[in-house]
Amino acid sequence: MSLLLETRGVEVTFPIRGKGDWPWTPPRLLRAVAGVSLTLREGETLGVVGESGSGKSTLARAILGTIPPTGGKVIWQGRDITGLSGEARRAHAKDVQMVFQDPLAALNPRMTVGQIIAEPLRTHHPEISREEARARVQEIMAQVGLLPNLINRYPHEFSGGQCQRIGIARALILRPKLLICDEPVSALDVSVQAQVINLLKEIQGAFGLSIIFIAHDLSVVRHVSDRIAVMYLGRLVEVAAGKRLIAEPWHPYTKALIASIPVPDPAVERVRVKAALTGELPSPLAPPSGCVFRTRCPVARPSCAELVPETRSEGDRMVACPFAPEEIGQLDNAVTVRAGGI
Amino acid sequence: MTDFADSPETDGAELYRASARQLIWWRFRKHRLAVVSLVFLVFAYLVAIFAEFIAPYQPGSIEKLQTFVQPQVVRVWHDGGFHAPFVYELKRTRDPETARVRYVEDREKPLPVRFFVRGERYEFWGLWESDLHLFGIEHRKQKLNLLGTDSLGRDLFSRLVYGARVTLSAGLVGVIFAFVLGLFFGSISGYYGGWLDASIQRLMEFIRSIPTIPLWMGLAAALPIEWDPLFVYVLITLILALIGWTHLARVVRGRFLSLREEDYVMAARLAGASEYRIVTKHMLPAMTSYIIAAMTLAVPEMILGETALSFLGLGLRPPVVSWGVLLQDAQNLRSISLAPWLLTPGVAVVCVVLAFNFLGDGLRDAADPYGQ
Repeated sequence: MSLLLETRGVEVTFPIRGKGDWPWTPPRLLRAVAGVSLTLREGETLGVVGESGSGKSTLARAILGTIPPTGGKVIWQGRDITGLSGEARRAHAKDVQMVFQDPLAALNPRMTVGQIIAEPLRTHHPEISREEARARVQEIMAQVGLLPNLINRYPHEFSGGQCQRIGIARALILRPKLLICDEPVSALDVSVQAQVINLLKEIQGAFGLSIIFIAHDLSVVRHVSDRIAVMYLGRLVEVAAGKRLIAEPWHPYTKALIASIPVPDPAVERVRVKAALTGELPSPLAPPSGCVFRTRCPVARPSCAELVPETRSEGDRMVACPFAPEEIGQLDNAVTVRAGGI
Repeated sequence: MTDFADSPETDGAELYRASARQLIWWRFRKHRLAVVSLVFLVFAYLVAIFAEFIAPYQPGSIEKLQTFVQPQVVRVWHDGGFHAPFVYELKRTRDPETARVRYVEDREKPLPVRFFVRGERYEFWGLWESDLHLFGIEHRKQKLNLLGTDSLGRDLFSRLVYGARVTLSAGLVGVIFAFVLGLFFGSISGYYGGWLDASIQRLMEFIRSIPTIPLWMGLAAALPIEWDPLFVYVLITLILALIGWTHLARVVRGRFLSLREEDYVMAARLAGASEYRIVTKHMLPAMTSYIIAAMTLAVPEMILGETALSFLGLGLRPPVVSWGVLLQDAQNLRSISLAPWLLTPGVAVVCVVLAFNFLGDGLRDAADPYGQ
C-alpha cells in the first residue's frame, strides 16, 4: 500500500490574548499540536485517541487545512499541501472530507437533506444537472442506509444516527480518498454507535477509503483501526498497530487509557485493579518541562523533568518514553500493588 | 409541529411535503392579530396607492366658507323611513353669544352620498387625467367632510388619504438603505473577524455617538429651501440611514460570530462553498426570522420619526401632505378645544404603527422553525 498522507512535525500554535492586554502586548502561545509526525497508507484506518484538549481535533483541522499549521508539513501523495490556498486548496478539498461529532449541528437546519448532501456536488461540479445531482444523492443515500424518499425532509426530523448517516453521505458524494471522522459516534447511543461504525467499515471496503478515526475512547477506536496513535497535550506518545497497542501497551499513558476501558463483565470489573490517572491535563499554555506527561505519570523520575523524551521507533511502533517496557512494567506493578493495598 | 394536525386542510402527509414557505404561512395564519394587522396594512397601502380616486377632493382645495366644519355623519334614516346613505346640508350660522361660526344640519335637505361620482379633476400618478371619485355628493356648494375640515376649509379625510402616501413610503428608501448597509457590514465584520472587525466596530461606535436631532436641525437648515421638500426629506432619511445601519450591523455581527463556529458552516467550507455562498446560503438564512422582524419593526419607527420631525417642523413642510404635517395643525390648544378632529392623523399613526408591530411579532414567530 502506498503512502497517502504524511505529516512531518506539524505544529499548530494559537496566540492567546489576555483580557487586560494592550494591543502591543505579545500574546501567550498555546501549542495545541506540538510536532506531530504521522503516516497514513491508502485504505488504512488510523485511530487517534486522547483526552479532551489533547489536540486531536486541531490535528484533524490542520490536515484538512481549515486551521493552517504554524509549522511542519502536510504531504499528500508526495506533494506538500501545507501552504495551499484558494483554488488549489479547493481542488484538494475534494479528496479529503470530514464527518463531525455532533451529527445535527453539522447539518444546516434550513436546508433539506437533498440540498445538504448535494452541496459538495454543486460547488465542485456546477456543470452537473439538477436531475443528475438528485439521482446521485439518492444513490448515495441508499448506500448509507437512508430511504431515498426522505430527500425533502429537514435535519431536525431525523434521529442522531440518521443525521450521522446524512453527514457521511455528504462526505462521500465526491468520492474522497480520505475521510476524517472527528468523534463520529461519541454523541450517539451505544446501539447506534455500532451501526455507524459498521457502516463506516462497509463503505471503507466499497470505496477504498482511508479513514482517520478520532475518539477519546479506546474501546471504540480499537474496533475500527488498523493502527492507533495516542496523543497527550498535543504530542504523540505512542503509535502502534491496533491489536499490539491494546495487547502490549508501552507508554504509561497508553496503559492508563487501556486500564480505563470497562470490562463488560461485572464479576471481573469489580475485582479489576484500575490504575486510573489522577489529576487534570496540564494547561497547554504552560506545559510541564521535559516529558509533558510526567506530572501524572506513575513511573516518573526526576530525570523526566529535564529531558524531552525522544520518539523511538521499533518496527512500526513509535513511543515517546525513554524507559524500556520492562522497566515501566515493574514500576507500574509496584504502583498498582500499592494502590491495591490502600 | 403537531399543532397543524388539527387544521382541516392539513393532514399529516401534507405537512411533510410542505415547503418552508408554506409552513411559515400556516404558522402565521394561526396568529390572529397578525393576520388582522396584515389585512389592515394591505388596505392602508391600497388606499395610499389609489389616493386620488379614493379621496373625494384634492388635498389643497380651499373652501373659505367651510372652515373648521365638524365631521359629518352619514345617515340612513330620514323622514320616518330608510334611505340610501345621505348627509344633511349644512348651514353656516354664528353663535349669538360667542360669535363663533357654527354649522347646523338642515334636517329638511338630505344630500345623497353617491359612489363613482364625477368631481374635482385630478391626474392619477401623473399618468392620466380623470374626475372619477369613489364617493362624494353632487352639490355645487356643499362638500362631504367625513372627518371635518381644517382652518382653510380643506377636507381632512382627503388630506389624510394623500398623507398616507407620503408617510407610508417616504422613509422606506431609508430603511432599505440602512438594511443593505447593516447586513453588508455586519456580515463581513462577523465573518472575517480580526482587524477588519475591530475597525468596523470602532467606526460604528463613532457613528452611534453622533446625536441625531441636532444633525436633523443642521441638515434642515443647510439644505436649500427652494428644493422640493419631499426630495429633501428622502435625502435626509438617506443620510440618517448612514447612521441607522449600525444597530442591525451589530446584531448581525454577533450572530455571525457564533454562526461561523457552527459545524455546518465548517461543513460548507469543506464542501468547497465560496465565501459568498457560505454567507448568503448558510449563514444569513439562519437569521431570516430576525431580519424580517427587524425590518417590519423598523418601518413604524420610520413612520414615527417622520411624524415627530414634521411635527417639530424639521422634516416635511407644507405643501407636502403627510400625517406629521397634518398634525402640525393640531399643535395649539385652540384647535384641540375647537376642532378635536384635527387629531385624527394621530389616530391613524397609532393604528399603523401598532399593526406593523403585531405583524412583525407574527412574522418572527412564524419564521422560527423551532417555534411552537
